[in-house]
Amino acid sequence: MAKKRLLTAIVTGLALVMAVSAASAAGLSDGVLKVGVMTDMSGAYSDLCGPGSVVAAQMAIDDFGGKVLGKKIELVSVDHQNKPDIAANKAREWFDTEKVDVITDLPTSSAALAVMEVANQKNKITLISTGASTKITNDNCNATNVHWTYDTYALAVGTGKAVVANGGDTWFFITADYAFGHSLENDTAAVVKASGGKVVGDVKAPFPNTDFSSFLMQAQASGAKIIGLANAGADTINSIKQAKEFGITQNQTLAGLLIFITDINSLGLDTAQGMVLTTGFYWDRNDETRAWSKRFRERHKNMPTMGQAGVYSSLMHYFSAVEKAGTDDSAAVMAAMKSMPINDMFAKNGYIRDDGRMVHDMYLVQVKKPAESKGPWDYYKVLRTIPGDEAYMSLDSSTCKLVKK
Amino acid sequence: MIARGKNSLLIGAALMLVILLIAPHLFYPVFLMKVLCFALFACAFNLLLGYVGLLSFGHAAFFGSAGYITAHMVKALDFNPVAGILCGVVVSSLLGLVIGWLAIRRSGIYFAMITLGFAQVIYFLSLQLKFTGGEDGIQGVPRGTLFGLVDLTDTMSMYYFVMVIFLCGFWLIYRTINSPFGQVLKAIRENEPRARSLGYDTDRFKLMAFVISAALSGLAGGTKSLVFQLASLTDVNWHMSGEVVLMTLLGGMGTIFGPAIGALLVVTLNNYLAGFGSWVTIIIGAIFVTCVLAFRRGIVGEILEKVRTWPTRGKG
Amino acid sequence: MMIQVFGVPIQALLGQLLIGLINGSFYAILSLGLAIIFGLLNIINFTHGAQYMLGAFAAWMSLTYLGVNYWVGLILAPLIVGAFGILMERLMLRRLYHLDHLYGLLLTFGLALVLEGVFRQLYGVSGLSYTIPDIFQGGVNLGFMFLPYYRAWVIVASLTVCFATWFVIERTKLGAYLRAATENPELLQAFGVNVPLMITLTFGYGVALAGFAGVLAAPIYQVTPVMGSNLIIVVFAVVVIGGMGSILGSIVTGIALGLIEGMTKVFYPEASGVVVFVIMALVLLLRPAGLFGREK
Repeated sequence: MAKKRLLTAIVTGLALVMAVSAASAAGLSDGVLKVGVMTDMSGAYSDLCGPGSVVAAQMAIDDFGGKVLGKKIELVSVDHQNKPDIAANKAREWFDTEKVDVITDLPTSSAALAVMEVANQKNKITLISTGASTKITNDNCNATNVHWTYDTYALAVGTGKAVVANGGDTWFFITADYAFGHSLENDTAAVVKASGGKVVGDVKAPFPNTDFSSFLMQAQASGAKIIGLANAGADTINSIKQAKEFGITQNQTLAGLLIFITDINSLGLDTAQGMVLTTGFYWDRNDETRAWSKRFRERHKNMPTMGQAGVYSSLMHYFSAVEKAGTDDSAAVMAAMKSMPINDMFAKNGYIRDDGRMVHDMYLVQVKKPAESKGPWDYYKVLRTIPGDEAYMSLDSSTCKLVKK
Repeated sequence: MIARGKNSLLIGAALMLVILLIAPHLFYPVFLMKVLCFALFACAFNLLLGYVGLLSFGHAAFFGSAGYITAHMVKALDFNPVAGILCGVVVSSLLGLVIGWLAIRRSGIYFAMITLGFAQVIYFLSLQLKFTGGEDGIQGVPRGTLFGLVDLTDTMSMYYFVMVIFLCGFWLIYRTINSPFGQVLKAIRENEPRARSLGYDTDRFKLMAFVISAALSGLAGGTKSLVFQLASLTDVNWHMSGEVVLMTLLGGMGTIFGPAIGALLVVTLNNYLAGFGSWVTIIIGAIFVTCVLAFRRGIVGEILEKVRTWPTRGKG
Repeated sequence: MMIQVFGVPIQALLGQLLIGLINGSFYAILSLGLAIIFGLLNIINFTHGAQYMLGAFAAWMSLTYLGVNYWVGLILAPLIVGAFGILMERLMLRRLYHLDHLYGLLLTFGLALVLEGVFRQLYGVSGLSYTIPDIFQGGVNLGFMFLPYYRAWVIVASLTVCFATWFVIERTKLGAYLRAATENPELLQAFGVNVPLMITLTFGYGVALAGFAGVLAAPIYQVTPVMGSNLIIVVFAVVVIGGMGSILGSIVTGIALGLIEGMTKVFYPEASGVVVFVIMALVLLLRPAGLFGREK
């Protein structure tokens, strides 16, 4: 008897556990348009997207009036921890059980690629803002995705070209030894060579890494004028700090290839000053960007990064497209998105190409000296506006299967 | 005593089968498949920890590398799913052979640290080798069709496919434990010098157990990569090795069903806390500490202990 | 690309060796702490990495919240971390001594996760900066390299602490008690020495060493909750290579591996993350007990 009771207890326990797990899986929502913000809420990139991206998405929903085609717009968000498996898993669950219609932000290329794939299988739309890889609109491109804010190619072109033009014609790369770092280095090296510069060497640093001194000394020994940092996040911050510590910045200049305004904020102008970088958005560019960024900052402690601004812009465009198409059917919405130019605080006359690339102007900026800065977040001087068609890889060299040549 | 043990095992097995058959109609099948893969992984790990007394802190190496091999075979070389999984199992067994051969030279804490070290090497290889796709992993792995008949892209077919794999693996572990070979393993766990003095080549037995455990971990990892159509670094990371230790410890090491229950709990926990950032780590760590301090038999172990002492207390 | 030539300029090589020495001194101080703890408690302290992180955070917090300077932090942080270790030993580890040592490993692993998680929750992962103290700003040009004063200080400080510890254990009466407690605690207890107290204090000291390393590291690296978790696995490998037998062995192995890793960064940088583990495999093949270890 005891045994039986025990077994019943076990089974009931099991059933309970499973019931709990299924509880949130319910809640179908066909009468609403559901936006999913999938981002890094606690990891290395949480400052540059994360909670700020959720704020940006909520702002877009509010600014659109909270409703589209008479249906309520709802927001869900999740932390994908920069892991492709968690991201893909969660996306599948969102589409299968929560009827999410569109997923946005998606930092970390690997996670972005994984989610794109799942979304395409389920015929849902992805709007990638913080993810960076050019693979998103090349080898892995698909018809239900838009890559909104920037990509590694645009950063490489912007920074590489400008630096060479300013006399920085010999380069040494410190590259994070994984696919992302390699592609950042290759893209930039190609631009450097095309602009008449020379790459004198490179070193592949294990990823992740905390001590860059050995690699920095190799860069120093190479005698290159420019040290290109083909890495991201904490790796970039550590290499910039240590370059200053070893006195390398006295004779050589660092070129950060993927840097966000929040990185500059945590490095401080004293360490970061003089660096040249490319960005898709800067808050202090005109009245429109200032007004929006001010509203953003009222809701979130920091100024917006380009990724966060991109989340807002992409959702606004998506909502308009749903309204124009009169449906949330993915094909119709994608067609509508591609048919309308993008004109908002983020982009002027931006447009979406067949490969999913949203083409818009990029900005080459230089980090101000502490003396030039008038206050918090006054970090950049805009050196040049890079026209969208120059910034992004031309369709001629695209490897995307959707591009007809 | 033995008859009763056998009886309750049979009941347990029957119950498990019924639950497995009904579950996908009640719960999200993809979640259940994840649970099954981890349950198999934990059971395979338990074979080593619970029945030989060897704590490997590097089992993610087998789980993850088989995932990569399966994904690669199926995606790049158009293998069918079963052949892909088998390739994964072969590779993880070979890895198990090499790592095991080196690691069983030491025991106890050293064994744990050595397996951890080798798993790190596998992690670096997974990050570096061309075919693994670095931090992107291998994505968009096709599930394919089973023997040209069953379309595995259908979630339910995939579920039953995974269920069959789990049951096969589980049965194999059960058979191993209850064979003469398993008896020797337990003898080694209890007292290795004595087992050796009885004429058993204990190193060979330990190595065989290690390889079987690695192979079955690989079976779980390969299957998981088909379920999620993705092989990624998460599965070779040392946190994964820690997680499987926790599943086994929480469920009850050295019990047949314990690790599976542990896996169910840990996966559920992970799923539910995934949105809360580092709380997952904190809670998993706290469970670890609680288990070690107060709860060393694990859930199933404690229940079995209660059952064992129940009648005596009743009589008294 | 001058480095790929075999005739590497000797000066460049010297510079890289010096950098290897800096990293090696971190390995040495961490593996020394592990070795001391293992020697007396037979426990592998998986929390060691987290305690290193705690040390860095303690220094950062005392600077940020209390305005305490680097030097006070250098004393204060190891004390705080050591006290934490003592609590941990008294409240938790003590209950496990009669069990298989593996439980100690599992407990400390769990604690490491909790610590790391709590700090991630509180401070995020992107890291906090700890500025190099004023007197160590700048550096000296050695001809073959620019050596920041702070890095030089790291070498001096950690080697001093390492060898002082070695001296105390191998050459003083207190050390003799410690060594006796490792060999035969019951006998020592019978002589009237309070062995449990000694174990607690030793654990506290081993942990404080990790905290000390953390403070040393704070100004060089970003102070982050995950700074210890990758390091600790390398240090484990160092410990396996050296074997747990000798205090001096753990120091020497730590420094040697730092140097070897430094050389790898020049000749084959891609492998610098794995070289320690490859050496571990080789040592296991040739000398399973480790370079300085005794088979127990």
